[in-house]
Amino acid sequence: MTSLKGIGVSPGFAAGPVYSVAPPPELPPPTAVSDVDSEVARGRAALADVSADLERRARAAGDSPAGQILNAQSMMAADPALADAVEEEIRGGADAAHAIDAAIAVHRAAFEAAGGYLAERVADLDDLRDRAVAVALGRSMPGIPSPGHPFVLVANDLSPADTAGLDPRSVVALVTAAGGPTSHTAILARGLGLPAVVRCPDILTVVDGMPVTVDGSTGEVRVGVTAEEVAESTARETARRAALAASSGPGRTADGHGVQLLANVGSAKDLAGGLGDGVEGIGLFRTELLYLDRAEEPSFDEQVEAYRAVFEAMGSRKVVVRTLDAGADKPLPFITPDDEPNPALGVRGIRIAEKRPAVLRSQLKAIAEAARTTDADVWVMAPMISTPAEGARFAEECRAAGIATAGVMIEVPAAALRSAAMLRGVDFLSIGTNDLSQYTFAADRMCGELAELLDPWQPALLELIATCAAAGKAAGRSVGVCGEAASDPGLAVVLTGLGISSLSMSPRSVPAVRESLARYTLAECAEIAKAALAAEDAAAARSVLS
Amino acid sequence: MPSRTVTIGSTSGLHARPAALFVAAAAAQPVPVTIRTGEKKPVPARSMLSVLSLGAKHGTEVTLEAADGDGAQEAVDALADLLEQNLDAEESTAS
Repeated sequence: MTSLKGIGVSPGFAAGPVYSVAPPPELPPPTAVSDVDSEVARGRAALADVSADLERRARAAGDSPAGQILNAQSMMAADPALADAVEEEIRGGADAAHAIDAAIAVHRAAFEAAGGYLAERVADLDDLRDRAVAVALGRSMPGIPSPGHPFVLVANDLSPADTAGLDPRSVVALVTAAGGPTSHTAILARGLGLPAVVRCPDILTVVDGMPVTVDGSTGEVRVGVTAEEVAESTARETARRAALAASSGPGRTADGHGVQLLANVGSAKDLAGGLGDGVEGIGLFRTELLYLDRAEEPSFDEQVEAYRAVFEAMGSRKVVVRTLDAGADKPLPFITPDDEPNPALGVRGIRIAEKRPAVLRSQLKAIAEAARTTDADVWVMAPMISTPAEGARFAEECRAAGIATAGVMIEVPAAALRSAAMLRGVDFLSIGTNDLSQYTFAADRMCGELAELLDPWQPALLELIATCAAAGKAAGRSVGVCGEAASDPGLAVVLTGLGISSLSMSPRSVPAVRESLARYTLAECAEIAKAALAAEDAAAARSVLS
Repeated sequence: MPSRTVTIGSTSGLHARPAALFVAAAAAQPVPVTIRTGEKKPVPARSMLSVLSLGAKHGTEVTLEAADGDGAQEAVDALADLLEQNLDAEESTAS
């Protein structure tokens, strides 16, 4: 048994064989084909294998958007015209891998030339090509493996595209070589309630099929474990889940000080299974989903419908809507400039609205219309606000559209430092800790090597949060945290001690946070927060609780 | 030669799910059927990539054709009827 060390980013225990995400294949130099008929059979079989695999995954994904894309992709792979074109290429002298590459390239060019919806499907064709070429070369298909039984998913890092079709019933844990506490892998894992370890480079040396245990809190991955160790890990996870299930009700400290526990959601789909007992509303309703993967802005009616679906599901509870946060890691073809040298510091979030006010106005009107016809307590906030003047302008736009409660996200250090002035023009603040730490430490969120700087326990980040909380207290306004920091059970205690009034996180993180808050009185939370603020570094701040 | 010209009834056009349903139905027909927009070159209706490449939107006129033969008219009619339906609407009632 060997023990590997990474950073635990999503608590829980899991055990299973590892399977890694294979990289896309590179085309080797063309080879001369001696047996043309068997090469044709190889080319056709590669397409058929890929089609069958995609179809199986489409069935598993059901009638979801991901399932529909997989189904369409499966039918592209099964296209008889494509198989005929591959055969023609092979009979013309190409090997199977190059024949597949060439036959798909023809359609790729046609899709690109057609523009609009078809141009957006080019990525599906590229994925198809990578899969079929890999099979023709006798390699594993790139993308998420599907061994047909539960496994620990291993990758260098995971992108949103990699994980769109991830089946949480078969993946028991995530371990990546790169990534950090705020990387996509960490966010995804917490959303799915899967134990996860990032920054564990040695995991890439572990061969597929090797049994491991994963501890998503300590970041330890044990390789080559025995059946007893697997059973022990499973028993610990069962006990952990039972303890969490036993906690219920709204968030409060041991002495009854209430802290709203809210959910981060992207659409009504996230509410399908209910938010669980004690979740008092939605603290972050991301509206990008409606705009992603589109060539044009969604229609007014379509927007109203999407917002109403979420508001209705929440009854009379609070829903904080964040207006479109495009740009940087979420580019939109119709809105984002594509020639920025540094998109994270470019025209993104509210800065787009200053250039294209019509998009924001139409969104605010749609939110107001959906709010008017439902009972939800609708709050609206803007992303990437830097100055009190920007905040006040946004609040005016909200009021003009008929929205009563308007606030801003605090993601830019300048906005945190001026939070008292900010609160003179807006009704509430919500701190997005992921971007706030990225901008405070000048460290790209996507850059795994900078994970230590991006640790949400960094005292400098806590100090900015404390500034906002104090401004909120003085003004009698609500100041919440909706970044991933809110889902850390220990950090939730610190944030409460700093005076944060609501914590918004992926719904699955709520029980662990609730359980943690209930262990301390408000005065104890304040003491712990003070000690964390005074700590030398993130590790020392974290150790305040242990 | 059996032939029908119809307009696409699906709100999203002949994309994604509607295209998948149409191509699957075409593959199930006993005879090959072609589809074209305007006077462009007809493409096999059972080819997903070719059907998608038509780029047919809601309201686009498309023409289905099949060579004379047993079941040809029925095949063209069945597929034409399918194209006229709003296959997106069916999706929203099903889910």
